[in-house]
Amino acid sequence: MDDIFGIPAPLLFGQLLLGLINGAFYAMLSLGLAVIFGLLNIVNMAHGAQFMMGAFCAWMLLAWAGIGYWWALILSPIIIGFTGIVLEKLFISKLYKLDHLYGLLLTFGLALIIEGVFRNEFGSSGLPYRIPPELSGAWDLGFMFMPIYRGWVVVAALILCLATWLIIEKTRLGAYLRAATENAALVQAFGVNVPRMVTLTYGFGVALAAIGGVLAAPIYSVNPQMGSNLIIVVFAVVVIGGMGSILGSILTGFALGIVEGLTKVFWPEASATVIFVIMAIVLLARPAGLFGRA
Amino acid sequence: MSLNRREMLAAGAATALGGLPRARAQGGQVIRLGVLTDMSGPYRDTTGPGSVVLTQQAVQDFGSRGFQVEVLQADHQNKPDVGANIARQWFDQGIDAVVDLPTSSVALAVNQIAREKNKVHLNSGAATSDLTGAQCSPNTVHWTYDTYMLAKSTGAAIVKTGGDSWFFITADYAFGHALERDTSNFVRSAGGRVLGNVRYPFPATTDFSAFLLQAQASRAKVLGFANASTDTVNCIKGAREFGLQRSMKFAALLMGIVDVKSLGLEAGQGLNLTEAFYWDLNDRTRALTERVRAKNEGRPPAMVPAGCYGAVLHYLKAVADMGVPAAKASGVEAVNRMKAMPADDDAFGASTIRPDGRCIHPAYLFEVKAPGESRNPWDLYKLAATTPGEEAFRPLAEGGCPLVRS
Repeated sequence: MDDIFGIPAPLLFGQLLLGLINGAFYAMLSLGLAVIFGLLNIVNMAHGAQFMMGAFCAWMLLAWAGIGYWWALILSPIIIGFTGIVLEKLFISKLYKLDHLYGLLLTFGLALIIEGVFRNEFGSSGLPYRIPPELSGAWDLGFMFMPIYRGWVVVAALILCLATWLIIEKTRLGAYLRAATENAALVQAFGVNVPRMVTLTYGFGVALAAIGGVLAAPIYSVNPQMGSNLIIVVFAVVVIGGMGSILGSILTGFALGIVEGLTKVFWPEASATVIFVIMAIVLLARPAGLFGRA
Repeated sequence: MSLNRREMLAAGAATALGGLPRARAQGGQVIRLGVLTDMSGPYRDTTGPGSVVLTQQAVQDFGSRGFQVEVLQADHQNKPDVGANIARQWFDQGIDAVVDLPTSSVALAVNQIAREKNKVHLNSGAATSDLTGAQCSPNTVHWTYDTYMLAKSTGAAIVKTGGDSWFFITADYAFGHALERDTSNFVRSAGGRVLGNVRYPFPATTDFSAFLLQAQASRAKVLGFANASTDTVNCIKGAREFGLQRSMKFAALLMGIVDVKSLGLEAGQGLNLTEAFYWDLNDRTRALTERVRAKNEGRPPAMVPAGCYGAVLHYLKAVADMGVPAAKASGVEAVNRMKAMPADDDAFGASTIRPDGRCIHPAYLFEVKAPGESRNPWDLYKLAATTPGEEAFRPLAEGGCPLVRS
């Protein structure tokens, strides 16, 4: 087959597909961050730790209770989302009147504590979690060998992102949420319990991170640091997409996954940096992000 | 239990304050060991608390021969400045030997201080072969393994079984580069070829699939992983998922029993890796494992903690041989005595220490068992080959250690 920029075409197609798969994780995580920031004005630095907790929860369900992957996909977000609700009630709700910086520092501190506790309990080397038998194996696409599980991750991420976007943009509940961010007092005057809605929104954002963690568990080593490596990139994705823009974070997540994938072919050493270079350029040209409203 | 807690705090303070003067009252008949290791970072599971347990076991197995031994511990957080500060403080407070020192950068920093203060540096955890090469010191013994040994044992063995074309996935920093370079040399000198490599940003990379696909496209027979811990585990998991095992053999150049446990036998089966110690190697290693298992959270010892055991036991024997005052007076003399005496312990069997500080013992090439072959949760390896000590490490003349020339 022909070469494209000196790279064999099959290899390039393969890398595009892989970029899309990584983009699925970026999209899922940045979506949760965008929802939380958009509605709570909190920069949730604990998101990576909550992603990690989701993966650990799946591992605990399997190792301690014999509960498999599919139930974990439902139970883990519920359990971890609930811990998010507790955090919001105890700590985060006290900060809404203060500057963004306080929320950022609080959640960053929480992330360090959570990761430290998990490292003490489970060690640093990681725990094994098997791919569910229904999704193991691979398709031979001709130009590459495509693991079925990775395909499933892309499908699951797309469904989740789309559903979240529909709920927030197209339903009555979503309309309340959006209205509450514009003018909470007015929405409350119409009889909507805004504090409860905000609490549940945080829980929902955390649950999204936990689902990401469950989806990641069979692919990556389940270890306490698994979220902290991802979260910085995901923040860059959110900034590029425009803080708080739901659709922006989804599209940017997938797009940057692909850009990163291509960089890994042409200049692997720069693959960790490319997203931040793009972030710098976007901030210079459009400070509100690609999809943000200035 | 608030009453007890208060009592415990008081007792703790008393021990901390009272420890040093009491020892002096007994005429200096106390040897103090400080285990300086990673208690909270990525190497915690392969070194850390296990190294402390095995050091204490060495003290216990040594028994009482006219002097007491105290063991202290500290976390160097994998930061050279933190490690250097603790070591300096310890030496000034009368610690005679520092033990373990994983993470090469920290080990090299403490190496200088031990020499300056004329104390003993018993290294088990660091990988760099510079400790017995250009930066060798008369105060240091490098007990367990190094990059040269790993590259030679794993690299040469795989070339011998027909794996003569290689592709490397390498962590883009000093350690990864050194491991890739050393292994490439063995591959080439054994008649093999290196078809390509990819260097990924460390530690910012979580997904390796893009690099795995490039490795596959190179059509090399062997995929070498010049990285460590979680990165290696993620690489191998990914490689299996993308079906690379159908056309390539994997070589994990630095991988231990804890990593294999974390990877799981399903994904790990058939891997070749090198260690200097495995708990189920022979009757003596099994006996040692039985003695420490309960104290070690139910796990058998890993290689680096076992190295702490061997090094500490041999050091204590040297101290007994030369007398406590002489050993405390000069770290160089204590290390010289260690070099002059043949060593023998349950973890490594008979071994010797070369003039450059390198401890010489065999290197073992293992193959990871398939899930069906494993009889218990820690039954993970089959022995594939043994490299005798004289061949396992870099020849004395090639290391560039100034101690050897003089």
